Amino acid sequence: MKNIIKTILVVSLFAVVMLFFSSMFIVKETDQVVITQFGRPIGDTIATAGLHFKLPFIQVTNTFDKRLLEWDGDPNQIPTRDKKYIWVDVMARWKISDALKFMQSVGSERGGHARLDDIINSATRDVITRNMLVETIRDTNRILDREVQEESTVTIAEEALERITKGREKLESEILTRAEEIVPQYGIELVDVRLKRLNYVEEVRKKVYERMISERKRAAEQYRSEGKGKSAEIQGRMEKELKLITSEAYKKAQSLRGKADAEAISIYAEAYNNDPDFYQFLKTLETYRDTVDSNTTLIVTTDGDYYKYFQTAQ
Amino acid sequence: MDDFTTPEDLFKKEFGKMKKAGKDYSKYFPVVIIAMLIIMFLKGGIYSIGPDEVGVIQRFGKYVRTTDPGLHFKFPLGVEKVTPIKVKKIFKEEFGFRTLSPGVKSRYSTKQYPQERLMLTGDLNILDVRWIAQYKVKDPVKLLFRTRNPVGNVRDLSEVVMRRLCGDYTVDEVLTTKREEVALLAQEQLQTLLDIYDTGIKVVTVKLQDVNPPDKVKPAFNEVNEAKQEKERLINEAWEEYNKAIPRAKGEAHRTVSQAEGYSLDKINRSQGEAERFFATWSEYKNAPVVTRKRLYLEAMAEVLPKMKMKYIVDPNQNSILPLLKLGEEGGTQ
Repeated sequence: MKNIIKTILVVSLFAVVMLFFSSMFIVKETDQVVITQFGRPIGDTIATAGLHFKLPFIQVTNTFDKRLLEWDGDPNQIPTRDKKYIWVDVMARWKISDALKFMQSVGSERGGHARLDDIINSATRDVITRNMLVETIRDTNRILDREVQEESTVTIAEEALERITKGREKLESEILTRAEEIVPQYGIELVDVRLKRLNYVEEVRKKVYERMISERKRAAEQYRSEGKGKSAEIQGRMEKELKLITSEAYKKAQSLRGKADAEAISIYAEAYNNDPDFYQFLKTLETYRDTVDSNTTLIVTTDGDYYKYFQTAQ
Repeated sequence: MDDFTTPEDLFKKEFGKMKKAGKDYSKYFPVVIIAMLIIMFLKGGIYSIGPDEVGVIQRFGKYVRTTDPGLHFKFPLGVEKVTPIKVKKIFKEEFGFRTLSPGVKSRYSTKQYPQERLMLTGDLNILDVRWIAQYKVKDPVKLLFRTRNPVGNVRDLSEVVMRRLCGDYTVDEVLTTKREEVALLAQEQLQTLLDIYDTGIKVVTVKLQDVNPPDKVKPAFNEVNEAKQEKERLINEAWEEYNKAIPRAKGEAHRTVSQAEGYSLDKINRSQGEAERFFATWSEYKNAPVVTRKRLYLEAMAEVLPKMKMKYIVDPNQNSILPLLKLGEEGGTQ
């Protein structure tokens, strides 16, 4: 009898403990919980962390994350308005804003991702196809507005010179706005959508490489011809300066010589004017000395002063 | 002798005592159990936080406090849970490459990450950019509770920001002049986005590593550099030529002028000398002009005539002297 009472006591104590633990549950700081009773939701979503209670066994907790969650789309090949095919890789961040709705309409995070895949991908496609390629790449018109400091020889391709009116960030927010409208019915809040990666498809990339190569070749050619031009310029300058230097020297030399000649003339004139006849006589004799040599043949008549004594002693 | 106890005796005595006490062990049993419980309690309740960490304490899942480095106490038995977070450590994320083992000679993964590295620049070109982002935990509570994957956020947003920035610069700018500007802006913008997401992460730095044109285009880029060098070379050579020629020409010009100056000095001195000589001769000549004149004449003749090869002295009445001469026969140029 005593043993039976003891057993009953132990069993009921065990049951009470079980009941107690089953009615108790912990909500973590990162979670939110929806309580369901036979599948029917009971009360509001519990979003405050800590220890909570429920009816044991018949009520079940359904836990959902309440943090910012990731979404990363697969890269998509999308044409832009100017028919350029690009790979677009989009990322998004979302939250389960209404756990009850989320549970009823999507069920799990996996389901949420599937919905987001559809919604964000189609919003992205809509926005990208409606805009030019430059709009997706650039965020501002900085390239067109900047002051080019150093002389750049590489010219920018024509298609890149178009002005943008929106820019990447604007497009991102357009995608977000489109997608945002749809998601609340799933208990989802879309926080952010960003274009993570954007690249040309293979064929376009090859063409771009070709263009880049030709741009560079052109620049290289320009440098070379600039070098040649500058070299010729320096050479020209050199030739000019050479002419200037030699001609100036010549001018100076000639004028110096002229002045000297003039002075000599006046000196001679002043001296010889005293007796021109004597000068002539002296100078003539002197030139005889200078001009006569062993090749000279002289034919004189005896009329002359020197030989007159051949004929007569008088 | 009775008082004398050998060590063996003493040992026996003590052994007997111990045996006696052993019989009473069962009476200490509950005490031991309680002691063990206390130890377990303490063991679950005491925790230590490293010098570079803080501990985030959750009681029944709810965040209650953050503790500093040192030994601390918490409620055991799953009531309070501690998560240590390294707040001093600087974490690094690599983009476009991966370090396999850092060291004096770091090894890098041979795997290429073209999807991460290739990006489009504002002039619609393609650029190969590798960069790193360093960050640390600014707010451990936010880090744990606001976003699910903080590292994923850093990675994704880094790519978003870097691509957006490269889209606003030209290839040449990112390659050379604006590298630092891009890295700095990337750091600021990454921080802004991480703050919007409430990640509790602080970006320490963003640095561009290798920035290259894509492999296929590299030779063309190198060609431009070579052409630049060639340009410099041509210019230098031209200047070299210039520097060789001009000073020399200047020297030669000086020489020409000096020669002219020499000439004029020579000319003037000579004329003056000759004038003086004439004066001197003339002043003596005036005293006896006739005789002097004759003398000078005869002296000159005496000097000149012997030098001549042939002398023909003819009578003035002779009509034709040509037959006498055989001009050119011997006195020619040869």
